[in-house]
Amino acid sequence: MSVIYLLITISIIIAIGFFIAFITAVKTGQYDDDYTPSVRMLFDDELLKSTKKETTVEKNEDHNLEE
Amino acid sequence: MDTQNCFHCGLDIVKENEIIFDDKSFCCNGCKTVYEIFNLNDMTCYYDFEKSPGATPQDIKGKYDFLDNENIVNKLLEFQENSTAIISLSIPHIHCSSCIWILENLQRLQKGISTSQVNFPEKRVRITYNPEVTSIKTIVYLLSSIGYEPYISLENYETGSNKVDRTLTYKLGVAFFCFGNVMLLSFPEYFEVKEYWLDQYRGFFRWLIFALAMPSFFYSASGYYVSAYKSIRSKMLNIDIPIALGIVVMFVRSAFDIIMDYGSGFFDSLTGLIFFMLLGKMFQIKTYSFLSFERDFKSYFPIAITKINSDLSEVSVPIYEVIKGDRLLIRNQELIPVDGILISERAEIDYSFVTGEAVAIEKKSGDKVFAGGKQIGKVIEMEVLHSVSQSYLTQLWSNDVFQKNVEQKHKTITDRISHYFTPILLLIAFASFGYWITIDANTAFNVLTAVLIVACPCALALTAPFTFGNVLRILGKQKFYLKNALVIEQLSKVDTIVFDKTGTITTNKKSNISFESSSITAKEGKLMTNLTNGNLALVKNALRGSNHPLSRMLYDFLPEVEKLNIDVFEEITGKGIKACINGIEVLIGSSELVKDSNLSASSLSILEKIEEGKTSVHIKIDGIYYGKYIFKNQYRAGLEQLFVVLDKQYEIKVLSGDNDGERKTLEQLLPIGTELIFNQKPEQKLEFIKKLQQEGKNVMMVGDGLNDAGALAQSNIGVSISENVNVFSPACDAILDATEFQKLNYFLQLSKNSITTIKMSFTLSLLYNLIGLYFAVTGNLLPLVAAIIMPLSTITIVSFVTAMSSYYASKK
Repeated sequence: MSVIYLLITISIIIAIGFFIAFITAVKTGQYDDDYTPSVRMLFDDELLKSTKKETTVEKNEDHNLEE
Repeated sequence: MDTQNCFHCGLDIVKENEIIFDDKSFCCNGCKTVYEIFNLNDMTCYYDFEKSPGATPQDIKGKYDFLDNENIVNKLLEFQENSTAIISLSIPHIHCSSCIWILENLQRLQKGISTSQVNFPEKRVRITYNPEVTSIKTIVYLLSSIGYEPYISLENYETGSNKVDRTLTYKLGVAFFCFGNVMLLSFPEYFEVKEYWLDQYRGFFRWLIFALAMPSFFYSASGYYVSAYKSIRSKMLNIDIPIALGIVVMFVRSAFDIIMDYGSGFFDSLTGLIFFMLLGKMFQIKTYSFLSFERDFKSYFPIAITKINSDLSEVSVPIYEVIKGDRLLIRNQELIPVDGILISERAEIDYSFVTGEAVAIEKKSGDKVFAGGKQIGKVIEMEVLHSVSQSYLTQLWSNDVFQKNVEQKHKTITDRISHYFTPILLLIAFASFGYWITIDANTAFNVLTAVLIVACPCALALTAPFTFGNVLRILGKQKFYLKNALVIEQLSKVDTIVFDKTGTITTNKKSNISFESSSITAKEGKLMTNLTNGNLALVKNALRGSNHPLSRMLYDFLPEVEKLNIDVFEEITGKGIKACINGIEVLIGSSELVKDSNLSASSLSILEKIEEGKTSVHIKIDGIYYGKYIFKNQYRAGLEQLFVVLDKQYEIKVLSGDNDGERKTLEQLLPIGTELIFNQKPEQKLEFIKKLQQEGKNVMMVGDGLNDAGALAQSNIGVSISENVNVFSPACDAILDATEFQKLNYFLQLSKNSITTIKMSFTLSLLYNLIGLYFAVTGNLLPLVAAIIMPLSTITIVSFVTAMSSYYASKK
């Protein structure tokens, strides 16, 4: 059996894999809103910053208590 | 004056009212409270993304009491279980990234909310919460308190969630998958070399191609077969017939070639063709998810209303359960959902949704009030005369126009071309078959199929979608939102334009105000054109406290003055304002308010001279009657020029629900010969359009309020003018932002030019068809030739129409 059969089968299987991924992405509505995610992904930093602030405040309070 | 902007909402701050909190200035208490909420929860990041992103929270006391009613809440929810519930709320204020951030962090403000997700294009937020911990009412109050009041209307009542049709995306995905793989596998066939390697695997490649073309042929292209079948049954030759014929013949011939081992077939061209045509379809669809073109009265009406029981207790009931004889309680800014009789002593009802007229109408106890009006001022009580479905306004929707299925009743330009194209194509196919059959039967069949394959009007079918898709986007950028691509074609055919008057060619935002003084203020026999500065200051300061639309308009109209302290302020519903400033009594309002026995005869004459169709506000300061401000309709900027230009090409008519008080002004303003028709009821407007259509006219109706809804639906093109595109516009084919009104002619010309583009492109694509036909008729159509012609024609056509339509768009 020639290697060409094997390679082409593999390539088609991979292509089908991507195709299925695309269909499921459409089905779950990932393409319905193409604007919000682009903004949302920029938020993570700010979120962390503010939660960090909270934790540092708590820590300071702990320090104060210890002192 | 020092103009500082509010840290929260960005509005100008009036110095006296400025509130400084945390080193930041705010325009009012509401904005400060929102900031406080965010500050307490460590969420001031809100102000980092966008400068002053907020809105002042409105007073909503009692407005959402109906959310206590479990039946109503259940209808609104998308999903519900013991500890999880999902609701999707529409929030018109969503406009920037700060909005997304704050709304997606709601869980930090309210216990019980687990996640919230914003859909920005649709301006909706989807909230998952635990109904055992919090309630929908709490969430709505929270949203309102931070300035994001959700918009809940009757439209939300029946549909919890709506299904999206994604079939075209799937089909396109399948078509692209098949096209890409088939192209790759057919590559060796393009090289006509006798080589051991190619010969060895030829069969394997061909069968693989055959298998890969199957889903594209059977699934992706299925829409064309259905459409072709339907058009044959209805005896109309549309473009889908030659397309379906071409696809089927191509498939059968290629399958035959491969099975009999004659050649490689045309599967590469076939899958490419299907993919490009679906791509064109996709491109043509441009939806504005935040707009709705199908709005009827439902989106204007609230879901529930407060009913007063016989024991005087108040209860929220769904609007559909309101029956004749019920007593209803209507609060400030609430919409009256049904026709009824006013029980309270006085009411001021703003019918701007219905008529476009911003000035409120005064009603007395016992008067009839109609659905669609909005109460301004105090709480009123009314008795129901008709249920929702039988009310005056809603009955318009029982007209046939609204029942009609909006099936395409007109023939598209592509269909008209194919009306000639299809018979000619079949003629050529059979003529060449007839010629070749006398020479060689085998070649004859080859030629027959080759003609049908090559003539498959792929480029022809792509022209219109790409042109319209491009124009649709260009218009959308200029704030003229079309329902779909077909509207462009209909726009180009318009020959008569009917305008509604109030709210369409006039604007509610500004008013033309003039002052008529009484003789007391006249000096040396000359009437004064305005009040003295001192008096102006008094009037303006008195007006500041009032929220009545007329007060707001007059306030904006008067020049800036210094701020004075108001000692006493009283708003008398239906009459006007009574204020005391520095010991001087100021009366502003109706003639009743200022009338007394001390008035001189000349003052009385001015006071009592009622001008038809005009609203006046009288001024009395310190017991002296000074005169009145007269409000006239303000016509939109650029109206005169627009009408002059339009008049050259179109027949223009103006319809109005008002009396003909403005006739003279309009006649001066508009080109001579413009037909003006007054006193038109909604049904009469509809009939008027119908009559014009029966005379063979293509009518475009430009309107705004719900009273135009019938005419908009009946006309060939209904264009709705909207001051705020996010919220109110009746069902129509296109929505035009009011600020772009003067561009109407440009839009019409652009639609005409896009048809010219399509015609030019048709010639181009026919040229390609002729070249292909030359190869086909002579029996030389190799798969390679087909594989070159097909994408080449597609690319040239698409780039040609895009370039042309963009060129026309840039030409003003």
